[in-house]
Amino acid sequence: MDIQSCVEVRNEWDIVSARQLGRNMAKELGFGNVDQARITTAISELARNIYLYAGRGKICIEPIDQIGRKGLRIVALDNGPGIREIRKVMEDGYTTSGGLGAGLPGVKRLMDEFSIESTVDVGTEISATKWLR
Amino acid sequence: MTAKDALTERYQDLLSVYLKAKTETTLYKGQQFSRKLLEQQISPEDLVSLHIQVMDQLFPDMSEEMRDSFDFLLEAMIGYGFAYREHQSLRDKQQQLESEIEVAASMQQTLLLSDVPGFDQLDIGVVSVPAKKMNGDYYNFVKSGNSLSVAVADIIGKGIPAALCMSMIKYAMDSLPEEQMKPHLLLENLNRVVEQNVHSNMFITMFHGVYEPESHKFYYAGAGHEPGFFYHAKEDEFQDLIAKGLVLGVSRTTTYHPYEKMIEVGDMVILLSDGVTECRTSKGFIEREEVVSLIRKYMDLPSQKIVENVFQELDRLQGFELRDDFTLIILKRLV
Repeated sequence: MDIQSCVEVRNEWDIVSARQLGRNMAKELGFGNVDQARITTAISELARNIYLYAGRGKICIEPIDQIGRKGLRIVALDNGPGIREIRKVMEDGYTTSGGLGAGLPGVKRLMDEFSIESTVDVGTEISATKWLR
Repeated sequence: MTAKDALTERYQDLLSVYLKAKTETTLYKGQQFSRKLLEQQISPEDLVSLHIQVMDQLFPDMSEEMRDSFDFLLEAMIGYGFAYREHQSLRDKQQQLESEIEVAASMQQTLLLSDVPGFDQLDIGVVSVPAKKMNGDYYNFVKSGNSLSVAVADIIGKGIPAALCMSMIKYAMDSLPEEQMKPHLLLENLNRVVEQNVHSNMFITMFHGVYEPESHKFYYAGAGHEPGFFYHAKEDEFQDLIAKGLVLGVSRTTTYHPYEKMIEVGDMVILLSDGVTECRTSKGFIEREEVVSLIRKYMDLPSQKIVENVFQELDRLQGFELRDDFTLIILKRLV
């Protein structure tokens, strides 16, 4: 289970495929139903961001097995316009797609670990991990 | 038993009791349970998950459709969980901001505090109370040679921006040379500072006066400030202390008119901010005459007692909810 699986995101249907991939893996790893729902929601948000702002990109899901703990990592990659002000998009209440609590700060809170790297005109890479308790 | 296990057990107890007897008492317990959930920061999707778990135990033969519908409900609850967590984080942030404002407010109090100078010829009373945490009113006394100058200013606007602006006024006044203590010239100077440094949507009104004990004259000028009162002891009457002039910061070239008044023994000069005359009661704004009659009521007391009593009465009239910063100053000639 150390090979990551990826889904290309080009349209809204691909968001569903990414969710499905994440849910299957979360189930397989033994996540409970609430955490499964959280993981798929995080995937949804990340995939939606790709679809809305970058046009295309991919979502990769990989199981993690470190000494003593297991988890699941989501990596969202795109070659879109990049994020000029990361600090701003990580602020609560700052969201352009609307919706209470949505956006990257919400994803960060759903998961246990979160990191973002973005270069203007090059693209964005977000990675988020949930540990199995 | 972990906290979560305890919750599960309690929920299971409550739910099975309710399903058997359907009483209002159990529903009431359910409501109290929800408060406990909030205390422990249990998010909505966790509660749904708890419900599913308990239902599974209570009804092992639950139909598959029912079971699946719960999974769907759980998924639909995730958005509320999102919003709930954002709310928590915004609340933490708000608490942090509030404590920062506390610190700024106490700093402002220290910065703007003006000692009421001892002055043999005048009995001086001052009260200045902010409506919110920070005071947009400003008063200042300066003793220079034999004379005493007094300033009252009010920012049009409240809260933090007004308070920041006030600090600037204080330092601008401190840096003016002392020989320019003629009130109308001082206002012209300050007007230029304000016009250059303050955003054009913010205005400042100010009254400035100087009392010269040798001549017993009070020189004054005003920049759009709420008129004060002059109490003429010989006639036992209150007059408006009008000083016309444009508010500070409108135009660079504004000039101010110099006024003067003879002050006799027992006369009073009363200065105020519009927070005094714009006190709102259930009957609407109070009238200036009401302020006068309050001052008259306590007139025989020392100045500090007069202003404190007037403030307390007006505060009570408004139900202890100040709507604007409140500043009231009384100068009474003793000898």
